[in-house]
Amino acid sequence: MTTKAAPAVPRSGRLRSLIPFGYLSPTLLLIFVLMVIPIVMVISYSLRDNVIVTANPVFAGFANYTKVLTDPDFIAALKNTAIFISVSTVAHLVLGLTFAMMLNTKLLSGVTKAIFRIVYILPWLFTIAVIAVIWRLLLDPAGVVNYILQTLGVVQEGIGWFSDPDIALWAVTFVNVWSGYPFFMISLLAGLQGIPADLYEAASVDGTTWWQRFRHVTLPQLKPVIISMAVLDLIWTSQQFALIWMTTGGGPLNTTEMLSTYVYKQAFSEYEFATASAAAVIVLLLTMILAFFYVRSQRER
Amino acid sequence: MASVQTRRTLAKAGVITGLVLGGLFAALPVLWMLSTSLKSNGEVFQNPPQLITDSFSFDAYTAILTDPAQLQFFLNSYIVAGSVTVLTLLVAILAGYAFSRFTFPGSRTINAVIVSVQAVPPITLVIPYFGLVVALGLYDTYPGLILTHMVFTLPYAIIMITAYLNTLPKELDESVKVDGGNGWTALWRILVPISVPGLIAVGVYTFMISWNEYLFALALTRTDEMRTVPIGIQLLMGQHSYEWNQMMAMSILGSIPVLVLFLIFQRRFIGGLTAGAVKA
Repeated sequence: MTTKAAPAVPRSGRLRSLIPFGYLSPTLLLIFVLMVIPIVMVISYSLRDNVIVTANPVFAGFANYTKVLTDPDFIAALKNTAIFISVSTVAHLVLGLTFAMMLNTKLLSGVTKAIFRIVYILPWLFTIAVIAVIWRLLLDPAGVVNYILQTLGVVQEGIGWFSDPDIALWAVTFVNVWSGYPFFMISLLAGLQGIPADLYEAASVDGTTWWQRFRHVTLPQLKPVIISMAVLDLIWTSQQFALIWMTTGGGPLNTTEMLSTYVYKQAFSEYEFATASAAAVIVLLLTMILAFFYVRSQRER
Repeated sequence: MASVQTRRTLAKAGVITGLVLGGLFAALPVLWMLSTSLKSNGEVFQNPPQLITDSFSFDAYTAILTDPAQLQFFLNSYIVAGSVTVLTLLVAILAGYAFSRFTFPGSRTINAVIVSVQAVPPITLVIPYFGLVVALGLYDTYPGLILTHMVFTLPYAIIMITAYLNTLPKELDESVKVDGGNGWTALWRILVPISVPGLIAVGVYTFMISWNEYLFALALTRTDEMRTVPIGIQLLMGQHSYEWNQMMAMSILGSIPVLVLFLIFQRRFIGGLTAGAVKA
């Protein structure tokens, strides 16, 4: 039987080896259309002049890149994005870890914790457009936050949180912290629940304090989750567009301009698609650096 | 002994205080949105602020729900998010089956590409997408939005469905093949029906991503007939800058599909989400 079937095996084997590609063909087609072609397009846009709006754009070399990298607005956007993403990520981590540890307490019943958990996840359930509108209402100069601060005597008159150049960046960062901590919290809660109880029991026997258990058991155990979540958060936060666009629009005076709003304005307000593409490629490269660290942190686990 | 008891009570009081404070931080803004949607517009910024005012009514909701322009935004969001969900699941089931049940050259590379797609910034893609949809005649159409939303939903869906199918024993497929069926029948007759819980979690997440998407919806559509809910909320802000009660009502109405889906599938959803985030 084996001798008879032998000649047929290679041919049907070759045909069979194509089967998985049949199942994958819609995915491969979509990735080609939605990822490969667009990235080639944006790179080629960035090397030409006046793309999309003119019929025959000419090759411009790296002129668009020089233009972007010497644009003070771009440098400002780069700096603002760096502050925005690093402060957001640290705050997400601190809040997420604090809330996750409170929700993981053994002192309260499961039902109580389940109710609190839903409350804590609330900000994450609203789309950024809604979050932007809520905080524009709350942080309005005549809004409820200013009312409370005035009543407490913290400020004399209503602050324009999104319109004061000294404050706007911190206001949008705060809103981003509010909207983004639940994702950290959920992952860290899963991580906390995965820490073997005997590690804590062994530590308790030695008569350690809460802080020592936190430093020597909890943190080392959570470290892999914390590192990968932090890098993911840096990547996601750097892609934040809607929140900025709907609260400050990058203003006042570029103080909240981010890389994403800079690229969008260049493309869809100024119609400078070539400049926008050069900036977009730079954003892609910066993201790839972060993604590299993410992949490395995953490998180390 | 008494000191241990006291310390426990103190710790419990501390945790409860912390939880309540954190809960207020999370919930008060949402509560204020709800409260504002039930006020008359004149009382939105009244001094001192009140949670429930004399003018308590559902007028803002009625105004939104009787406005054909606003209803169009909802219809568009349902059409786009619904189509994205169905198409994503179909494509991802096929891809997940290939990754889970076959070994073939390049599978690791293709998998790595799919994972890395998740990291590509939308702002980098929106420029060529604009050129692409204009060239294909898909600018300001449903297919243009549905197609581009799949770049966000497909990688996650494929990763999750592959992981789910990997948990199902291969003997299941073999039993179909013994009865004369092939891989195709094994997938649709056996594996897909068993995977329904996992597929629901992926479908819910896919729907949420598409329903909430903002950048592509802003850049790739132009007319009010094609705008989705997130852009509709922004337009409301521009048109009647001072109708805060209606903006809040629209925000709540626009959040309801996601809230309902989340509450129904909460447990499964959080499980899937953390599995994806921690292990992806």
